[in-house]
Amino acid sequence: MKASASIRRVTTALLFAAGAAPSAAEQTFSDFGPEPLLAQAFTHIEQNRLDAALAQTDQLLKAFPNFRLGHLIKGDLLLARTRPIETLGNAANAPQDKLSDLREEAIARLKAYRDKPLADYVPRYLLQMHPEQKYAVVVDTQKARLYLYRNEGGKPRFVADYYISHGKAGAEKLREGDKKTPIGVYHVTASLPRQKLSDFYGSGAFPINYPNEWDKRLGRNGHGIWLHGTPSDTFSRPPKASDGCVVLANQDLDALAKNLQIGTTPVIISNSIEWLSLDDWQTERTALSVSIETWRRDWESLDTGQYLRHYSQRFQSGKLDFAQWSAQKRQVNAGKQWIKVSADNVSMFRSPGKEELVVVTFDQNYRSSNLSNTMKKRQYWIKEDGAWKIVYEGGA
Amino acid sequence: MTLLRLSVPTHVLASLLGAALLVLAPTTASADPLQEAGRLMKQGQLGPALERTDQALAAKPKDAQARFMKGLILTEMGRQNDAIVVFTKLTEDYPELPEPYNNLAVLYAQQRQFEKAKNALEMAIRTHPSYATAHENLGDIYARMASQAYDKALQIDSSNASAQTKLALIRDLMSNSARPAALASRSTTGKVPASAAPAAKQEAPSATKPEPAPAARTEPVDPKPAPVAEAKSAGGEPEVEKALRGWADAWSAKDFKAYLAAYASDFQTPGGQPRSAWEAERARRINKPESIQIGIENLQVALEGERATARFRQNYKSGKLKTSATKTMVLVRRDGRWLIQQERVGN
Repeated sequence: MKASASIRRVTTALLFAAGAAPSAAEQTFSDFGPEPLLAQAFTHIEQNRLDAALAQTDQLLKAFPNFRLGHLIKGDLLLARTRPIETLGNAANAPQDKLSDLREEAIARLKAYRDKPLADYVPRYLLQMHPEQKYAVVVDTQKARLYLYRNEGGKPRFVADYYISHGKAGAEKLREGDKKTPIGVYHVTASLPRQKLSDFYGSGAFPINYPNEWDKRLGRNGHGIWLHGTPSDTFSRPPKASDGCVVLANQDLDALAKNLQIGTTPVIISNSIEWLSLDDWQTERTALSVSIETWRRDWESLDTGQYLRHYSQRFQSGKLDFAQWSAQKRQVNAGKQWIKVSADNVSMFRSPGKEELVVVTFDQNYRSSNLSNTMKKRQYWIKEDGAWKIVYEGGA
Repeated sequence: MTLLRLSVPTHVLASLLGAALLVLAPTTASADPLQEAGRLMKQGQLGPALERTDQALAAKPKDAQARFMKGLILTEMGRQNDAIVVFTKLTEDYPELPEPYNNLAVLYAQQRQFEKAKNALEMAIRTHPSYATAHENLGDIYARMASQAYDKALQIDSSNASAQTKLALIRDLMSNSARPAALASRSTTGKVPASAAPAAKQEAPSATKPEPAPAARTEPVDPKPAPVAEAKSAGGEPEVEKALRGWADAWSAKDFKAYLAAYASDFQTPGGQPRSAWEAERARRINKPESIQIGIENLQVALEGERATARFRQNYKSGKLKTSATKTMVLVRRDGRWLIQQERVGN
């Protein structure tokens, strides 16, 4: 019964009725943004309390003066006093693209407000954060939403979520200039302060490492994918507005910036987040952890055959394919009496998309009878025939 | 975008009418300064008009008429802030008068202070719920506020367009207020009102204390137009007049069914609001506790086959409130009955 009511609301959201008061009080949601006031205004509209809706909208605009969607709703509510209105955005001779942009923003914000993540569900991608990663960022382009998670002993705990804009042409970036936002596992690589940027980027920018190892391997190119703020003349931009960057309201970027660690904080961008219950999440991370641990022990065992069974036939590392990698490992291992390997500070982030791919990063301490080194290692594990296999390996 | 209507109370119209007729008469020498001011304003001689009004005010500083006239002249002169001061003082001294509120709203709207304009109109309506001009103006204010909000939402700038309407508005205010007078003078041709109106008006200012304005406003109405209306109906369209009298009687009798029956099914509701909303609003107005009296005067009917345009003065009296406004209605003949299809204040 509740479900059908909410479905009705989702469909009517396309017209001029949407939004519902938040039902579950303990649901995880941050009330920093305009969504609560916006949703209340829409609830008033739905129940035909237009004066209350206008008062609510005025309050909204007081808090967010450059919030264009708020002005649009205010226009509608004022116009409703002179003639009947049926849709969101009744401005005469208005540019239709701008109107539909604002409608999409309204729908995105209200849906995100209504369909908040459930408290005991986590994004599937955050399998394991390492201790230095205090926070993780997960983006859902279809929902136009960014979720911030805190690392609590490796377990992600929801902190806040924010409305975002992404590429004009959508997600799954392939080529330079395709105006799409990449999908994958990234991390912030730098912090560009406001002073070094034009007003267009708002209160700051955080570049991410697109294209990553996997993107390059698949021939994806382009560069300059950032998380950044919003020009001063608007509170927010439409859901699909950028050339591929992820754009936040300045106040949201500022809040987020406090939690970003350069070179460390993961930014995982998805088309549509897959959510797992904590039980399922635990099962997935355990299975992969066991595979990694087995790989480590097999490496120590000096049984190169056992070790190589962890590698995919499609394996590639630099210029080496599986056959070359195998030959090299056999040769190296033949000259050793013993190997000790430890993998610490492991992080495991599943990459969004069709393939079952996990980016694993750890501090590797390698000691052997004739050589020792420590390095930060990155592996891409892929599931083949029900088993996790390494498909890429290299320094991070 | 529709233009805001500046309201000119009946007695001012009457004085304009008187002034217009006085021009025709050879004696212009010892005219009442206020009358003279009205005439000069109509001719666009705003400076002298203001001088005459100030003369009148020197004699009677509290006089509502003269102060109202001064507000109109200042508005016409583009001295919006001065006009705002005059009308604001009038609303303070005569809070029961809707016209100063209305004109204040027009001035605020010219300055794009729509929130203030809205508040002023709401005051006009509070004092005078059936004040059609204020209702129409309020609709316009909402539309303009909406347009302002849309500009912000869509980052478009329609202010250039509305700046043009604003300039047109000033000229329009005057032609609007002058037109009924000119029309009346054309239709009457008799000399009767010329003497009656100024006489009535001069008495008005003395009754300043308890409720000066409504009293003042009724006076010019009673003596003059009755014969005119009769003259019109005699040579005019008796069926249309009968329909309108029936409408006025139904309103006066608070017979809402009969009142509603006077309107065509395709009646153009004000602001294009839904018929049901309009009916509900009318029902509320008509069924209020106080008695209502509706009078029709100066009726002129122009007939074009199955369609008639009727212009008249509607005198409205309910409780302590009395107003008078020029109304234009378009009626259509359906099954042998004349029904109201359009109704608006002004010409």
